[in-house]
This record gives sequence, C-alpha cells and structure tokens, in this order.
Amino acid sequence: MDTNTILVGLAGVLALAAPILFAVIGETITERAGIINLSLNGTILLSAIGGFAVACETGSLLLGFLMGMLVGALVALIVAFSSITLRQSQVAVGFVLALLGRDLSYFLGTPYMNISGPRLAALPIPFLKDIPVLGPLFFRQDVLTYLSFAIIFLVWLWIFRTRPGLMLRGIGERPAAAFVRGANVNLMRYVYTIIGGAVIGLAGPAYSLNVKAGWMGYQSGLDGFGWIALSITIFGGWNPLRAAFGAYLFSLLQWLGLVLQPVLPGIPSQVLQVAPFPLMILTLLLVNISNAEWVERMLAAMPEGLRHVTTRLLRAMRASPPASLGVPFESE
Amino acid sequence: MKKNIWVNLGFQAGALLVAMLVTTGILAAAGAPPFQAYWSMLKGAFGSWDSIVTILISWSPLLLTTAGVLITFSAGLWNIGVEGQMGVGAIFTTGMMLLLQDTSLPPALIIILGILAGIIGGALWAALAGALKVFGGVNEIFGGLGLNFVATALTIYLVFGPWARPGVASMSGTKPFERELWLPTLPGTSLSLWALGLSILAIAAVYLLLRGTHFGLRLKAVGKNPKAAFLLGVPTWQYSMFAFLLCGALAGLAGAIQVVGLRHNLLPNISNGYGFLGLLVAMLVNYQALWAAPVAFFFVALNTGSVQLQINYKMDSSFAGVLQSLLVLLVLLGEGARQRFLGTARKAEPSESEIRNKQVK
Repeated sequence: MDTNTILVGLAGVLALAAPILFAVIGETITERAGIINLSLNGTILLSAIGGFAVACETGSLLLGFLMGMLVGALVALIVAFSSITLRQSQVAVGFVLALLGRDLSYFLGTPYMNISGPRLAALPIPFLKDIPVLGPLFFRQDVLTYLSFAIIFLVWLWIFRTRPGLMLRGIGERPAAAFVRGANVNLMRYVYTIIGGAVIGLAGPAYSLNVKAGWMGYQSGLDGFGWIALSITIFGGWNPLRAAFGAYLFSLLQWLGLVLQPVLPGIPSQVLQVAPFPLMILTLLLVNISNAEWVERMLAAMPEGLRHVTTRLLRAMRASPPASLGVPFESE
Repeated sequence: MKKNIWVNLGFQAGALLVAMLVTTGILAAAGAPPFQAYWSMLKGAFGSWDSIVTILISWSPLLLTTAGVLITFSAGLWNIGVEGQMGVGAIFTTGMMLLLQDTSLPPALIIILGILAGIIGGALWAALAGALKVFGGVNEIFGGLGLNFVATALTIYLVFGPWARPGVASMSGTKPFERELWLPTLPGTSLSLWALGLSILAIAAVYLLLRGTHFGLRLKAVGKNPKAAFLLGVPTWQYSMFAFLLCGALAGLAGAIQVVGLRHNLLPNISNGYGFLGLLVAMLVNYQALWAAPVAFFFVALNTGSVQLQINYKMDSSFAGVLQSLLVLLVLLGEGARQRFLGTARKAEPSESEIRNKQVK
C-alpha cells in the first residue's frame, strides 16, 4: 500500500468519524448540563431518514440537515420534558425513545429504500489543499466534515473558556450553587438538552447525505452508532477534545478492520467490523477502574514507587462524570 | 386506595388510547387505510390456529427475558445486555449439542445437557457484565451494550467459521440438528409445550421470588437504597451479582429454547430483539411480575399481526415496535404527569439506583 492510498484512507476515516463526532459532542453538551439523553441510537436513525427524505423531496441538502437537527431537537425536548418537568427516569425514557426512533425510522423509511438522492460534494479549500500530507488529509473534505472539525474546538472553548460555559458546568456539577448564583437551572438544562439534541441530529444526515448516501433500511449500517457514541462520550470524559480522540480512534479501528480483511482471511468481515467493541469495553474499564474500591485497597498495599506510578497512570485515564448527572434539581 | 386503582387504570387506558391515536396518524401518513390495517393485524394475530400457535411460540422467549430483567430491575440494575446473554446461551447450547450429537448418549439427555449449557452460557455472559459493573465500575448499560455486540460477532464468527455448514456458510446458520435432537412439538406445529411450560414456570417463579421470599425483599432493598441495605447487613455486591446471574440464566434458557425448540441450529441474530422487548414489557408493567405475562402476550401478538402489514401493504413490520415503544413512552409520561399534577406517588421506580450507577465515584 503506498502513501497516497493510506492518506486517502485516513482522510476517509476523518469523514467517516463525522457522524459519531456530532453525536458524541451533542451528548457531551447534554450531559454537561446534567441530563442523560440515552435516545441516541433512535435519534440518529430518525434524523438520517428524516434528513434524507427532506433532501430528496426538496432537492436541498441544507433543508435535509436542518430537518435532521429538528428531529434531534424534538427528541431531546421529550427527554428534557419527561426528566425535568415530569421527573421520570431519564434512562427509561431515553431507552424507550432509542427503540421508538429506530423502529419508526425503518417503518417510515420504506418508500425511500434504495433510491438515489442528493449527496454532499467535496469542497477542497484553495491553497490549503496543496499542502503535502495535511492537504489531502484535512482540506479536501466536504463542508460537514469541516464543521465537525470546528465544532470540537468551538464546544471545547464554550465549555472551558467562557462564562456561560462555566455556568453550564455549574448546573451539571453543583446545580444548587449555580442556582444561588442566579442561574435558572431547569431552563438552562432544557436549552442545553435541546441544543445538544440538535447537534446529535446532525449525525443522521451526516451519514445518509454524505458518508453513505441513501437509505437502505436494515442494511444502512447505521444501527448501533448511537450506542457507540454513548460509550465514547464516557470514554471522552465529558471533554470535547478527548471525545473527538475517541471518535477518531473508533473510526480508525473500523477502517483498519476493513483494510486488514485481505490479510486475515477466514475471519468474516462482520467480526472485524465489531472489533472496536471489546476495545471500547476495555477502555471503559480503564477509565472507570480507579473508581473501584478494591483498586484503592490494592494501591494501598503496593510499595511506594509502584504505587506512585500506578496512581498517576490511573489518574491520567480516569474520567469522572458531572457530579449531578441524572439528578433532578428542585429549587424550593 | 380504591380510587387510586381507578386513576391508575384511567391513566393506563389513556396512554393506550393516545398511543393508538398517534400510530393511526403514522399509518395514515405512510399511506395505509388505518382501520383496515389494524383489522388485518388483528386477523393476522388471532385469525387462525396457526397464527395463535406462532404467538405462543414467540411468547416463551419473551416471557423468559422479561422474567430475567424483572430480577435485575428489582436490584436496581439496567441489564441491557440481556440480548447478548440470550445469544451466548444459544451458542453454548449449540456447542454442547455439536459435541454430543455423535455420541451414543440418548437424545433426551443430549437435549437436557444442551439446555443446561445454554443456561450456564447466559449466566456467564451476565456475570461478565456484572463483574465489569461490580469490580470495574463500568456502568452495566455500557458494559452490556458492548457485550451485546461482542456476542453478535461471536455468533457470526461461529456461523461462518468453525461451525459453518459444509459447502455453504450463510446467514441461514449452521447445519440443522437431526430430528431426534429437536424438542418435541405438538403434532403438525412447531410449538413445544416444554418450552412454553418452562417459560410460564420461570415467570411464576420470579413472581414468587420477588413477592414472597426473604431474598426478593432484600434484593429490592438493594435496588431501592443500596447504602441503607448495606448498613442493614445485606451483602450488596453479592446480591447485584446474583441478580445478574439469575437474569443471565433465564436469558440463556431463552436462547437454548430457540435452538433446540424452534430453529434447530445457530443463526446470527438468534436473540431477535427479545431482550430489548423484555425490558419494554418490564417497564410497561411498572416492574410488577404479575402483569408481565399478559403484556408479553399482547406484545408478541402485535409482532405476529404486524407481519400482515408487510404482506398486505408492503410496510415494514417494525410498526409493532413503534406501537410498543410508543405505548411504554406514553405510560411513562402519563405516570410522570400524574405524579406531578395529581401528587400521587407510586412505587417501584429504580431511579435511585440509576443515579448511583451514573455517579460511579
């Protein structure tokens, strides 16, 4: 395999990661505000078919993407309403919505099966596209992939470098303290859940209008993305940069699975496709293990030098959720 | 108290009504005459002896997975991995039967050993999710989801790899077992009374376990408030682990029954969504085992009936899933509205422990 093929492949990985990336970033925003939106798998499928259908009917890609965002925002609104206003279990409602969205998308998608629709074209950036290595990797993509690059840094900046971002972290960590400081906790949670949902809703059309244009029902290969995105959100430790790293790592592994296929005959392609999942469990284990009680006991029993190294290693991998994630807030 | 029950029933009926209204709208939007579509579903479900048999056949795996997740829900655990546990049960059963099919053991014994292997397989897979949760701090939702994908990959690997049908390896699965290794069925049908009996027995046992035993009470204590339960001397993590094992065993039994009672081989996607559907049933009955059996029956009747939509209107049979999850969603929302606006709180909501799950500290 020559360098050029590898570069094209890696550029493909970056584009392929865009749907997961939108989902992960959207979920990160939502969970930072203290709400778990477990509906991702259904939201993404529904926004994929919704976006594709609208783009087919109107011929406008932009409307397709907006439709995807609208679907995501609406599902998120249900999650927010049931958990904030009705105080129902977020996990239960999210799970049901995940199944509902999935079945609904397959049901409504039948008329759009296997028809050809519009597809986002690449938009190479003048001058930048000719930089060796970086050009073909980053600057010959399409608008949506550029947006996926940008959103990582924008959301990171918002959360960690702005005052409203500080408030966002506040309502996820210590809602009572944020309330005292004048934040309307529940309203902000509504707003961030809906915004997060709209970002998640970009994931669907990013797939059905770009990565793998069209709708092929059960064969679309999109089913499962949502659950992956949820795991990557945890892996990413609720930090957009680390989450993006997780999303790219996942896409890279999937691509490697395809590339290595000819090298490893006898292993069905479906097996290599799911290769990232055991790794995902393993990483979740590494991220969480320092929270376990027996690890603390084991650490205490270690000799000084080894304990120091192990503690630092564990701390580097560790990720703690926002302290009030999933906990309803009442001001009175 | 009396009045409460009526309010409850009113809200449940209201949820059903709204769900029907919404799905009617969806049907109309998709271009089917709604009432004819419902009628064809009803006929498809109960119109013939064959279709009723089909319902009874799918009822058993759903009863088993529902029974399983009722246990884990009681312990405050979201065992979303039940789907994979069923798959691994099917794998273990197939493995055991392949191992023994050419020996001189009596077929009945081979079937029993196969089913036992399935139960063990399911329990082991659940134990893995449990260990990840208890010792690794990995939320069981994500551990379970990952393990579901791994179980699917394992099935596909076996079907296309080591256990491939000689000549043609395909999605239709491994080579079917000899007839004497099939679970006996009613003449002329594929309904096995053994499978049905075992499943009814399982749900009844779980009902009694949760309702009338010391163990069930303590399990629910762990689910409601693990800290308090621990302080009162309940060995919390052992109980969580045990709940996983029991649920996995029941899911494994469901997988085993699919292999020996219905499919007679191993094929990809053998769990067929019964695990997720079991979670839905458990949520709809508000985690009360008593209502699980009729609701599960209703759900599989919907599944069976919706196949008619595909035949008559070229629509996807996922319509049944839409109706089912919409119903659960509306019941959850209705319950929330009732608590919020009528101020009558009800029990058995595992939210406390969910919060604990998410806040792995």
